[in-house]
Parts: sequence; structure tokens; C-alpha cells
Amino acid sequence: MKPILEIQGVSKQYKLGGKRIRRTENFRELLERGISAPFRALTGRANDKVAKEELYTFWALREVSFDVEQGDVIGIIGRNGAGKSTMLKILSRITSPTEGAVTIRGRLASLLEVGTGFHPELTGRENIFLNGAILGMRRTEISARFDEIVAFAEIEKFLDTPVKHYSSGMYVRLAFAVAAHLDPEILVVDEVLAVGDLSFQKKCLGKMSEVSRGGRTVLFVSHNMAAIENLCTRGVVLHQGQLAFDGKSKEAIQYYLNSLSVRSGTGHVVELDGVGDRRSIVAPLLRRLEFLTENEQPLTEGMPIGSRLKVKVHFDLPKLTASFNVGLGFNNNYGQRIFTAHSVFEPNRWEKEHQGAQVLSCEIPSFTLTPGEYTVKVWLDLKSSEADAIEDAAKITVLESDFYGTGKVPWNGAMVLKHRWYLEESVQGNGWAGRGADRAQTTGA
Amino acid sequence: MSTTFELTIRPRNGWQAIDFKEIYLYRELLAFLIWRDIKIRYRQTLLGGLWAILQPFITMLVFTFIFHRMAGVKSDGPPYPLFAYAGLAPWTFFSTSVTQSSNSLIAHHQLVSKVYFPRVFIPLGAIGALLLDLLLSLSLFGGMMVYYRWPVTPALLWLPVFMVAAVLTAAGAGLTLSALNVSFRDVKYAVPFLVQIGLFVTPVIYPVRYLSHRAQLLVGLNPMAGVVIGFRHALLGSEASWGVMGLSLGVSLGLFVLGLLVFRRMENRFADII
Repeated sequence: MKPILEIQGVSKQYKLGGKRIRRTENFRELLERGISAPFRALTGRANDKVAKEELYTFWALREVSFDVEQGDVIGIIGRNGAGKSTMLKILSRITSPTEGAVTIRGRLASLLEVGTGFHPELTGRENIFLNGAILGMRRTEISARFDEIVAFAEIEKFLDTPVKHYSSGMYVRLAFAVAAHLDPEILVVDEVLAVGDLSFQKKCLGKMSEVSRGGRTVLFVSHNMAAIENLCTRGVVLHQGQLAFDGKSKEAIQYYLNSLSVRSGTGHVVELDGVGDRRSIVAPLLRRLEFLTENEQPLTEGMPIGSRLKVKVHFDLPKLTASFNVGLGFNNNYGQRIFTAHSVFEPNRWEKEHQGAQVLSCEIPSFTLTPGEYTVKVWLDLKSSEADAIEDAAKITVLESDFYGTGKVPWNGAMVLKHRWYLEESVQGNGWAGRGADRAQTTGA
Repeated sequence: MSTTFELTIRPRNGWQAIDFKEIYLYRELLAFLIWRDIKIRYRQTLLGGLWAILQPFITMLVFTFIFHRMAGVKSDGPPYPLFAYAGLAPWTFFSTSVTQSSNSLIAHHQLVSKVYFPRVFIPLGAIGALLLDLLLSLSLFGGMMVYYRWPVTPALLWLPVFMVAAVLTAAGAGLTLSALNVSFRDVKYAVPFLVQIGLFVTPVIYPVRYLSHRAQLLVGLNPMAGVVIGFRHALLGSEASWGVMGLSLGVSLGLFVLGLLVFRRMENRFADII
């Protein structure tokens, strides 16, 4: 059987800053360009245009080829700007490729945004029909699934209320419910699960895996590695517009995470010299922060849960002293302090006096905070009083990963802890109780 | 949308044939878009659908006063208010359609950049929804006919034909301008101006026979002239200058085809530059 989706050498070129350039080009400029074109051609200056085009263009995708078989559930992974969304837009026919071809053998529906075409003045009922039609459903199909959609969205009571009066949660639930009840052979989904509350996100993931188990073909773009790991059978990694990896989803995620932490860049070094927003008692003393992860690799974009974290703090000591300490505070996105590391807790402290440039390293063998971004506060104490402090000195990202080794990724709470679950044999007292003790069962939530 | 269909996406450049099959497949969506526009147009307004009638009616009153009473412009037979209104009804439809459809792609940019369906539906939907306004304003015209005791003639049977012509003209202009508007925001400034000029170069206020023979031919190049003359013929039984009208209707059809082709050619880049 032929693949349901064939992507052959697809490239997409964008004009850099195209939006701006295009918008300011008005009729007059166009006319001028049009009128002068023949003269430029005559004088041989037409080459200017070619050179200019090279300069102001950018390949969002470059010769990407892969086949999708019926029933494949593919996760498309890559950093921002890797070409994931462009790929989806080409598959959804929103934009056409500059080169290459895509053959689609089946009805394809795409979901690049939740609630496309929703109108605030229309009621929930009206928007279900409108949005369904926009996503490619027939009226009869929408009518047939109407009750299911309403029940899924949990908005029965507000069906005849204009959606402008909905809470944002209700709005998203309704929008996703319509999309979740599409019945295409190929479903293309962009990062739409990033919205909505957690329980609804779970429900959507459930609905999507239901869809994919039904033999449906799904292409799914997400930064949520847990979702990719759970849902997808295959992973495709895009890197700078090119296909970097195509294989089992777990391997693809591994490939992607490795490529993130191995990437050599300067992002892991944070210079603190020029930071003005600091509390310095005498003079700015903190110079630089360096972030390293496993095998002394620079930490640039993020690290999986439970990775090793080493922070090198560079600072100056104005006078000869042994009484200095450095603190590192990790705050979550809500500004709450999740963890403080302080050299005062170090049992094997230095006793010698030091002066001048110093590097004090802090090693955390396993950084077990839940996935997310953390801001790092750094401060230097001299004789137990704060001498220099920078509140938001740096930012680090913990990536979703399979910390427990069960294929389920934790996302709730502040941290992860290794733990086990087992049935007590003395209570249960039957034959199969022991089996549960073999494995660490985790729910993650 | 059948299960056995196969589609190949390739780079597209230059002029393209119009994909009528696809438009047919998605026809329900066009109906939904029209329905949506109708539903939301007069939401949270006090007068609602009355606006559709008030606009041509008040314009008619003002024109009757200024052009008929003060400037002495005569109709070609029927009372001047009837004459003016029969021209203003299709003209109002046209001018509102062009104004709204030329802005429709920009206004619904999220539909362009986040989902695929035949893009022509966006400006066409805006025009389709305004047809209801035209019908409403024509119903008021029925009342005016009774008031002035002006007889209905068999020419009324032509009305659907001229309504189609009005839609084609509005669609031709709307498609071209909406597509241009994506790249050139000049359109936003040009449209109100063009619509204003259009009112005077189209025989809305004055009858065509006021003009010299050569000027009549020139008027025939205006696609809306045929529609306005046609509406008067159908509604009031006015004598129609079939030559001028025929020429003008031909231009309408040409404009419509041109609009479709220009739109089709430019739609390729919409999502990239909108």
C-alpha cells in the first residue's frame, strides 16, 4: 500500500523581514520597480536583484523528505524556528512549498490553533457549527456529534450564551472539543495543548490517543516531550529546517535532548559585570556564572529532570579573607523560591584565606525540580552579610523527561522524588501481590 | 473529501486555473460564513436590520432634496424618489460590499493563516451576507411603490438577473481589491474614495438619457451602470437602453472573471505576508 502521506524534498523559502518590506512597498514603489526593471535588465544590473534576494531570504525548510504510513502517530520535534510550524502549514495547504511536493492520500484536517474562526458574539451552539465547518466538517457530521462535543466541553449550561461571556477555560474547552471530534484520516496538530487547565489537557491527550489508536494517522508538534512520548510511535526531529532524525519516538526525544545540551554556544556563560540591577554594598564583586550539566557539557537550552547541574560562580574578593559564602536561589515562574543552595552548608569548607579573582563551584548531582523555567538568584556574603546580590541573574530550563523510567513524565508539583509503590503481602495475602512490588508505579500527578 | 482522494501539493506560481470542484466541495462553509456575517452584523445594535433600509432611504431623501428640488434633476418618468431609490438600492449594496469585502481578508487574517479552505469564500461571504440587506431595502421599495401608486410591470421578472449581475460586479471588485489589500494597504485608502466617485459616474442620481450618445457609451464601460439601469427597468418599467446595459453587463462579467483570476494568483502568498 502506498504511504498515506509522502513528503518529497520539501523546501520553503521566506523573504526575511518580508512582512515589513512588503507592507511598506506601496503602489508607487511597485510602479517604480516595474518601470525601472527593463532598464536594469538592459544595463546588466539585473544581477543586483539576485544578490539581494539571496541576502534577504531564509530557508525555513530545506529538502525535507519522509513518508507517513497509515496509522503512524508522529511527533515532530525541534527547537523554535526549526521549521515545525512551516511543515504543518504546508501539509495543511495554508502556504505552498517553494520546492518539492507533498502527496496526501486521505482527508486531512489540521488544528494549528484552538478556536479558529470563533466569534465572540455568537453563542456556544453557533460557534460549534461555525468552527466545525471551518475545520472541514459537514453540517450533518456536526449535528451527529453535537451532543458529544457539548458533553466533552462541559458547557451544557452555557450553550446559548455568547462565548464572549465564557471564562477562558470554557472557551478553550469548547474549541478543543470541536476539534477533537473531527474525523479525518490524517490529523495535523500544532502545539494546541499548551492551553487550558491541567485536567483538561489530560483529557485532550486521552482523546487524542483514542483517536490514534483507532488507526488514524496523526502528526503532532509539541514541546511537551511527555506528550510526544506518550502519544507518538515515531519521532521526526527537525533542525534548522532539515530533517535531523527520523525513528522511534523515544529515540527521537533522546536525540533532541542530546542535541540541546551538546550544542556548543555561549548561552551557558552569564556575564554579571554589566548588570545594573544588583545590590552591591561596596562594589560589584560577582563577575560571571557558568552553567554545566552532565560530563561538564555547557548547559545552553535546558536539561532533563534529574540531570547534574554545576554552577561555577566567578567573583572577586577585595580583601584577604576566609569568611565568604555564595548562595544560589532557584525561583519558579511564580517567583517562589523552590530551592536554595548555599556554601555555608558545605561540610568540607575552605579554611585558607583568599583574595582576588575566585571561582567557587556548586555541584548538584541530580536537579530534581519539575519541568519548567527557573530564575537563578546569586549572592555573595562577606563575613555573613550580603555584599553583592543579583536577583534574576540567569534562567535555566528543566525539560520534560522520563525521570521514573516508565514513559510517564511528571509535570505536577514542585519536584520529583524517587519513590515506590507496592501492595503489602501480609494484607493482600494472595498469589499475585508480589508482582506489584516489582515495579515502581508512579502516577506522576 | 471522499476517502479515495489523492492530492498533491506543489509549488504554485503565476496564473492558476480556478478550482471549481474544490469550491463545490466546500460549499457548505460558504453558507456558514454568510450566516455568520448576517448573525453578527447587527448584534448589539438598537435598530438591527433597520440599518439596511435606513441607509438607502435617508440617502434617497437627501438626494431628492438636493438634486431634484434644488438642482432640478428630473427622472425619466417615475417620481424622483422612486427613481433615486431604485438606483440607490443596488448602489448601496455594491458600495457596502466592496468596502467590506476588500477589507475581509485582513479582518479575518487568522482564518487565512491558521486554516485552509478556498479563500475566495472570505470576500464572497461578506458579499453574500449583504444580499439580505439588499432584499430588505427592496421590500421598503415595495411600500414606496404602493405609496406612489406606481404600477408593477412584467419587466420585474428580470430582477433576479440584475441581482446576479450586481453580485458579480461586487464580487469582481471585492475579490481584486481584497487580494491587493493583503500586499498593498493602499487599498484601504483608495476604496472609500473610489466608492464616492463611483456614485457620481454611475447613473444613480440622473437618468442615462441626460447624457450625449458618446458619454452613454463611456458610461457603458462602468460595470455598475448596467446594474443600475437594469434595476430601474425591472422595478419601475423604465425604458432601458439595452446597448449601454449590455456593454456594461459584459464588463461586469469580465470584472468577475478577472477578480477570480487575480485572487487565485495572489492567494498563494496570503498566509506568508498577511
